Amino acid sequence: MDIAIIVGLDIISGIASLLLISAGLAVIFGMMKIINLAHGEFLMLGAYTTVLSVSAGINIWIAMLVISPIVVGLIGVIVERCLIQFLYGRLVDTMLATWGLSLVIVGTTTMIFGNTIVGVASPLGGFKVGQYQSSLYTPFLAVMAVLLMVLIWVVMRFTRAGLIARAVMQNPDMAATLGVNPAKVYMATFGAGAAISGLAGGLLAPVAGIVPTMGAAYIAKAFITVVGGGTSILWGLITASGLFGFINQIAAFLTTPVYGEVILFIAAVVLIRLLPMGISGKFFKGRL
Amino acid sequence: MPNMNGMKIALIGSAIAALGVITAPLYVDLFQLMQLTVFAAMAILALSLGFIWGYGGILCFGQTSFFGLGAYAYAIAAINYGDSTPALVIAIIVPVIFAALLGYFMIYGGISDVYLGVITLTVSLILLNLVNSTAGDFYKIGNARLGGFNGIPGVPTINMPGDSSYILSPEQAWVLTGLALIAVYLGLRALIASTFGRIIIAIRENETRAALLGYDPRVYKLLTFMIGGAVAGFAGALYVNWGAFVSPTIFALGLSAQIIIWVIIGGRGTLIGPIIGCLLVQWMVTEIGAQQTLDANFILGAVLIGFVLLVPKGIAPTIRDLVASRLQRNKSATAIEDVKP
Repeated sequence: MDIAIIVGLDIISGIASLLLISAGLAVIFGMMKIINLAHGEFLMLGAYTTVLSVSAGINIWIAMLVISPIVVGLIGVIVERCLIQFLYGRLVDTMLATWGLSLVIVGTTTMIFGNTIVGVASPLGGFKVGQYQSSLYTPFLAVMAVLLMVLIWVVMRFTRAGLIARAVMQNPDMAATLGVNPAKVYMATFGAGAAISGLAGGLLAPVAGIVPTMGAAYIAKAFITVVGGGTSILWGLITASGLFGFINQIAAFLTTPVYGEVILFIAAVVLIRLLPMGISGKFFKGRL
Repeated sequence: MPNMNGMKIALIGSAIAALGVITAPLYVDLFQLMQLTVFAAMAILALSLGFIWGYGGILCFGQTSFFGLGAYAYAIAAINYGDSTPALVIAIIVPVIFAALLGYFMIYGGISDVYLGVITLTVSLILLNLVNSTAGDFYKIGNARLGGFNGIPGVPTINMPGDSSYILSPEQAWVLTGLALIAVYLGLRALIASTFGRIIIAIRENETRAALLGYDPRVYKLLTFMIGGAVAGFAGALYVNWGAFVSPTIFALGLSAQIIIWVIIGGRGTLIGPIIGCLLVQWMVTEIGAQQTLDANFILGAVLIGFVLLVPKGIAPTIRDLVASRLQRNKSATAIEDVKP
């Protein structure tokens, strides 16, 4: 019985971490149809921001929930203004440029902080399930993932900014004729996506080894989740995270974490063969 | 066919290059020769991506997967057989089978460029994790221990076919690698000039039109992808042969990015471009490694961004267009003079 609870917790935490690490990428992909290959570096910058803020004496909750998203969001806006805006309509070039950006960010961070692992202590204690020990931080991450999804939904569904965003998502040309400037929407989107990635990076800081190259550890899963989910931001993200998180954790429980990742990947490739536009391209077409 | 002239230039150039390769040991010292050997192996890898991306229009971000699989397949087979000839064949077959499987799911799934790039990149990352986790006695194939992140040291290098006791000297290995580069270049050139090559270019230009003319784009794209895998695997075998060592970093993001940068800098839609790009970047990385202030990733990233923004066509096509427009201008200038009197 205890083991079932622990495995259940693992599955929930697997799904939650997929939601968190993929959300920023999904927002940018859903709106702009580009994959931001510097996504892992945005996560890394979020984690570094939290670590630096904490070591500067700031409360860890403020550091990860407020400072990280703001800092990385601002970086995102700067990146969009200095780089991405010149490449609209050139999807492949945008991907290549963001890949170059990812190398630049890794290189810059290495030059400043060096190639050493830093970290922060987990702010929450542990709890016991029978003979097993687990960290309270795991359910906290799950709660944060749910809150993030609710936040995205509320913003997209009930605010004017969300209305404009949905209009541009469905048909940028039509939105432009109605007086919306898609370029501005894309700028805001990129900033928002980066901010969400920064938040995720901050939240992962206590449970990850933080090095300049840490982004590479997350992007494989994030890419698969977003590509498997398709362009619908919320439904694609939630269904793909749910499916892949479940498969990954069950497979990892039965074999090893590495094989879990391989099995997750094979499942994703088969899924892409069956649903080339992702889950949401088939079942949630045109939905959020 | 307008390319006949180009083919002649390529043949003459290759002959001169081959002469250079064979005579290089006479006037280049051993250290530089070793350096050139690894450059040549990498240039073959650059050709594989230059071919499938520039001509087949397949955006593969994980060409290292095939390179690495070829390298590992060579290492494992060479240790088990003690003879490099079957190992070389296996180093080509394994990546081709992998490319066929992966390509089937992606290409027959009909996914877009963006998805294809992302999936191939993910494959290389998963392979990195997978091979990294193979430390310990449990993971061995025949006599070859996979060794996890430590890699496989002491891989037998290439020997004369049929005589496993006659192992090639570094000079001979250089000549072999250099000539292999030229042979792969000419082979791909010939392939592009053939009917198959024209069909894949037609598919790159307009997939629907090619399909309506009766060519199944999926079959041709899959074949292109597999040929790319074969060439990359071959390059991987030559790379292992250079250092007698292979480790999982061969699958890492850094190399995947570098291959893309080679092709972007050199130019898509040419074969000589990726070779030039590869040599330039390799030389640059070696130079950066000699100093401490600037990080190699930083420079590579900046170069990639600079080329995407400012020289999106790459060096070789830009120079070609410049020369062509200069010639054109000269021609029209003389034409006007002719009219004047």
